[in-house]
Amino acid sequence: MSERDTSGPGGRQGAEEVGGLEASALQLAAQVRSGARSAVSVVEDHLAGIAAGDGEIHAFNHVMEEEALAAASRVDERLAAGEDPGPLAGVPVALKDNLCTRGVPTTCSSRILEGWLPPYDATVVARLAASGAIAIGKANLDEFAMGSSTEHSAFGPTRNPHDTGRVPGGSSGGSAAAVAAGFAPLGLGSDTGGSVRLPAAYCGVVGMKPTYGAVSRYGLIAFASSLDQIGPFGRTVADAAALLEVVAGHDPLDSTSIDAPAPAVSAVLDAGVEGLRIGLVTELSGEGTDPDVRRRVAAAAEALEAAGAKVEDVSVPATTLGLSAYYLIAPAEASSNLARYDGVRYGLRVDAPTNGGMNVASRTAGFGDEVKRRIMLGTYALSAGYYDAYYGKAQQVRTLIIRDFAAAYERFDLLLSPTAPTTAFPFGAKTADPLSMYLTDVCTIPSNLAGDPAISVPYGLGDDGMPIGVQLLGPALSEPTLFRAAAVLEHSMAPTGDGGPAAGRERTT
Amino acid sequence: MRIRTSERGRAGHLYDAFVAERITREDVAHVADLARLSLSEEELDLFTVQLAAVLDHAEDVESLDTEGVPPTAHPLPLVNVLREDVVRPSLDRAEVLAAAPAVEDDRFRVPPALGEEQ
Amino acid sequence: MTFLTTDAGVGTIVEPFTVTDPSGQAWELVVGLEVHCELATATKIFCGCANEFGSEPNTNVCPVCLGLPGSLPVLNRQVVELAMRLGRALRCRVEPSVFHRKNYFYPDMPKDYQVSQYDRPINVDGELELPDGSVVGIERAHLEEDTGKSTHVGGGGRIHDALHSLVDYNRAGVPLVEIVGRPHIRTPEQARAYVQELRAVLLATGASDAKMEEGSMRVDANVSMRRAGTDELGTRCEIKNLNSTRSLVRAIEYEARRQVDLLSAGERIVQQTRHWDEAEGRTHTLRSKEEADDYRYFPEPDLVPLEPAAEWVAAVDAALPPLPAARRRALSDRTGAEQATAALVVERDLDALVLTAVDAGGDPDRLLTRAANDLAAADVGALTAPAFAAVSRMEADGALTATQAKVVLAELVAGGGDPQAIAAARGFEAMGEDELAAAVDAAVASDPAAWQRFVDGDPKVAGLFVGKVMKATSGKADGKAVNALLRQRAAG
Ligand SMILES: [Mg+2]
Ligand SMILES: [Zn+2]
Repeated sequence: MSERDTSGPGGRQGAEEVGGLEASALQLAAQVRSGARSAVSVVEDHLAGIAAGDGEIHAFNHVMEEEALAAASRVDERLAAGEDPGPLAGVPVALKDNLCTRGVPTTCSSRILEGWLPPYDATVVARLAASGAIAIGKANLDEFAMGSSTEHSAFGPTRNPHDTGRVPGGSSGGSAAAVAAGFAPLGLGSDTGGSVRLPAAYCGVVGMKPTYGAVSRYGLIAFASSLDQIGPFGRTVADAAALLEVVAGHDPLDSTSIDAPAPAVSAVLDAGVEGLRIGLVTELSGEGTDPDVRRRVAAAAEALEAAGAKVEDVSVPATTLGLSAYYLIAPAEASSNLARYDGVRYGLRVDAPTNGGMNVASRTAGFGDEVKRRIMLGTYALSAGYYDAYYGKAQQVRTLIIRDFAAAYERFDLLLSPTAPTTAFPFGAKTADPLSMYLTDVCTIPSNLAGDPAISVPYGLGDDGMPIGVQLLGPALSEPTLFRAAAVLEHSMAPTGDGGPAAGRERTT
Repeated sequence: MRIRTSERGRAGHLYDAFVAERITREDVAHVADLARLSLSEEELDLFTVQLAAVLDHAEDVESLDTEGVPPTAHPLPLVNVLREDVVRPSLDRAEVLAAAPAVEDDRFRVPPALGEEQ
Repeated sequence: MTFLTTDAGVGTIVEPFTVTDPSGQAWELVVGLEVHCELATATKIFCGCANEFGSEPNTNVCPVCLGLPGSLPVLNRQVVELAMRLGRALRCRVEPSVFHRKNYFYPDMPKDYQVSQYDRPINVDGELELPDGSVVGIERAHLEEDTGKSTHVGGGGRIHDALHSLVDYNRAGVPLVEIVGRPHIRTPEQARAYVQELRAVLLATGASDAKMEEGSMRVDANVSMRRAGTDELGTRCEIKNLNSTRSLVRAIEYEARRQVDLLSAGERIVQQTRHWDEAEGRTHTLRSKEEADDYRYFPEPDLVPLEPAAEWVAAVDAALPPLPAARRRALSDRTGAEQATAALVVERDLDALVLTAVDAGGDPDRLLTRAANDLAAADVGALTAPAFAAVSRMEADGALTATQAKVVLAELVAGGGDPQAIAAARGFEAMGEDELAAAVDAAVASDPAAWQRFVDGDPKVAGLFVGKVMKATSGKADGKAVNALLRQRAAG
């Protein structure tokens, strides 16, 4: 237990009072599977933790109390019947509220979907259930995953468990905060431009964006389809790995799903980084990055070298164009994906004499400002006369980024950068200036444009006492290598490690 | 890292000239129509400034010489993902219609779509 | 979607339909047709819901075809197979293709965009040969999804007066091929022939049941007029809601005259979409194209490109059935059939029977005549090719008159059997020349007044005498021979 944890926000303290919430997902699953604990007791403890702490944190839009207890009972029944309840038996998971859950409110933190009950489960939700994991609640997000702070939720922001005056990052801020606060050992988020990795960094947990196509998007409410990817949160690298293995793998319901089994990442966690070549991306850690963040990235580089990797600077020039390209491509796709919220079939309707008028009234009332801004931007970028200059050009830049990464991966196995240029910022610091908010995603966006995997690992604290995350990036399907390196970084932060002071997070071994 | 200052977005009224080059208030109003959104006068002003700031930031992309560079629509080089022509169960109609704001005769009721035919 | 080019038609030049304005200026018609066909698959294009006409409203729906948040499309293999069959039958090239999103709001369309092929369609650059020998270019035949169906309530079901609309999404996501023809059509009749020929190809390939009345085949006509003899294309109007070939012909004629009225008054044609009102017999404006369609097409990120392997295309080619144009040509080559007759026989699906009967020694002319005039479409009952051949032989040899041949044929269709035996049972022996001459003389003698009129040159009276002869001979007489004898007697 670090000193940060004991002086942490109410959520963490509340969690400790009910007990047992520090255990890792793998420990809990082992206890449940061995019969040492019932799944119901695990879920009850976490529900109590949420009841005690979420009033302040607001990680959840909806707590699935009944459903979670019922699912836990089923796990216990299967165990009693001698059946295998799955690798994550009894482990609570916080689901980002853009993942469809049958009969359970799924809002995307938007008024336009308030009260909607999906008639189907997302593939990842079904796979979680099959693994014995327990969906414990629908976690808050920036409306339709558009944001970097979770301030753009129609139902109010989520607070960072490390400092409730600061944002948890976004857009998967609710999932990250839930995991950091001990409300659930695992969380699922979605990452379109960094929406898993950024809140993971800000909240001091592990967050991972898999290779595009590694995890089915079926049932993930689309923001930008060619960029969206579901990713795991955990308090440990091993937990995140276990969750990835459960949700990844081919899904015939998603045409963009890679036709291959889930990557075997848990098995290689102890393989180390001896002999790996790792490039420190100069464009992503230069001016504009806070000095304390740069220091922690340098410390991570040292730790990797100490473990036998070879770390060198590398230039990936086109990554500087990533932000601009992203803020043309993502809104363009979003403008189309969000057209269906028209008041006809589900969700909010504001009546008007004509259908067109009803569409306008419903959408105007149902969408928040940031969503409207991006719909407008994307509609403009696709509209007649501007397509070539904006959307078309951004698609070409995407090619350039892929080429530059490919060149870097000829010389390096992995790349290293900060996850974000700064630590978590106070509420309201960037809401008035959308562009300044967009800039927080500058380090994470290139992986989404390239479709490559990346992981954010907590690596100490900044001058303000807030967690700092470092990002490891790899080529498509390099998940096993990424997790190996992430495990090395995690180990170097352990009290017995030599990479620096343990801070901001607990070890479970 | 190439990060521009964000002062323009914050103090939009100072940058009228720059804004006019990028996107006009009329453009924004037209785009709102296409997107079926209604914006107040104040929102029109604000969005014009904010969209202009983002588009100005995208100037590095816009002005780039990309002659001969193919576009990437998709990060995966997949082709021919097909399913077999086999019927799967449809949804329960009652569950589908329960989500609808207005229903009549087992169908979704909407106001008349005047002049909207395609 | 319209991709008009400026090329002129190919194949046989069809005499254009013209309208002459009050000043004497002649204007000629140019038509390009866009035909949407629902493909005859078991399931929809992107989901496993049944592709079924006439189900209870909103029962063939799922998250995908309802456009529910989070749902994703997966392309149906059979859709690709049928689209390629049609494309190859239309002599198109099959090319690598990409789906785009066409963005516009409409309550029938669950996602408020239509997934359709845009600049890279699956089938390009084909042609359709019509029975008159003219050839209409096919620009493309691309895949897209159908929309749901609105019923307009109040205002007599008319959309402009509707109080509200009710939407059924069973049809949403049904696979469509949109066949975009080039503006090579010159007459309303040619437009009708094009649609009928396309329908025959759709049925032959099994791509669609092509029922206009059920909406599984829908035709939009792009109509423009130009000064007769010039080559440029005028501004066109697109006419929707053409539910039958009859409507198609009427609507084109109406629209041609409407446009000439405007043009001759010095007015400009505004490019627009118009709706055909069958009851009123006129077109109404729906919306002006100048109101900026801005569909914001972009590649559909939820689907991957389609690149059918050469082997797949080859297998489609190998399995294609004989197509109407080739069947007409084969029939003409073997029998010397005229264009119109060949078209009729192939349309009735009787060409194979005729050709087999020719092989069995039948008389080609008699076979064609009977197939074109006396056999029902695709329903020849118990009639076999050898029996058909035998009847035609007997007719050609004079053993049966035309009338007798028809009677024998009808009996063969109804119950089969031996043509000789049927003719004998009916007493259809050939008439001797003397017997016929005697019957004609008797008829002439029975009505001197009428005979005088015939001799004076009133040809209408001939029928009277032919009828008398037929009655007297119980139909055994050959009508042609009777006519010849009558003319001979009158002249003599
Ligand atoms: Mg179309
Ligand atoms: Zn369906």
